[in-house]
Amino acid sequence: MIPGVSIYEILTVTSILFFIGVYGFITRKNLISILISVELILNAAVINFVVINKYLYPDILEGAVFAIFIIAVAAAETALAVAIIINLYRQISSVEVDEIETMKH
Amino acid sequence: MEEIIFYILAAILVIFAIASVTSRKMLRSVIYLLFVLCGIAGIYFLIDYNFLAAIQLTIYAGGIIVLIIFSVFLVHHIELQLELAKPGKQLLTALACLTGLGLFLVTIYLHPFEVVENTNTISTAEVGNLLLSYTEGGFILPFEVISVLLLAAMVGAIVIAKGKKLSTNNQSTE
Repeated sequence: MIPGVSIYEILTVTSILFFIGVYGFITRKNLISILISVELILNAAVINFVVINKYLYPDILEGAVFAIFIIAVAAAETALAVAIIINLYRQISSVEVDEIETMKH
Repeated sequence: MEEIIFYILAAILVIFAIASVTSRKMLRSVIYLLFVLCGIAGIYFLIDYNFLAAIQLTIYAGGIIVLIIFSVFLVHHIELQLELAKPGKQLLTALACLTGLGLFLVTIYLHPFEVVENTNTISTAEVGNLLLSYTEGGFILPFEVISVLLLAAMVGAIVIAKGKKLSTNNQSTE
């Protein structure tokens, strides 16, 4: 519990973060920028897991464990995405979304 | 005191997240994301989950940000300005996001949460025991699955990033 801060305020902040991520995901044209937006979305979800665990079910640890799992999956996803981006840049010298059509081998 | 710190952290999170998705310089956008991730670690510290905050700082702020910065260096010219979406599309997306945000907030504020007053914290030993416990409610199977997933992702990333030689690729794409 944060003294003086209710769960509603934290959930409001995470919702705002989530939709900022969605906004970036739709409007950006660059693959790395899209990756950054995905990180924002994932982080908003992780804070929700942790905060709801802390405020509503403080005696169990499931929220924290799921947060660890999400962070692990995010790390794997980022490593793969960076590998794909670098390989793509070698092949077509661009990472803009609308110029990518060589993925279909 | 904690209240003030939380509001400062929330302001940092929102401002730098907006800066991160609207900045036209790639590297600055990544650095703004770094501030957002550190702010999130601050929230974990505030609710006394120190272990998660440490994980957030080491894996996200230490690992993922460095990976993204490396890919920016390998892929981009630093001075290059990113192109923005058309204003109409930006406005439409912003409207859609605000609508979704409003829906979220209405749902959240209408739901009666049964908050339990507590000062519990989690210790690393408890989390480790839960992750390795094979009794009911234990997480040994997801833990093993996630480790295999990480291994597969790392091997796959190496294989994909190694690629073929440039000259053969240029010939095959022409």
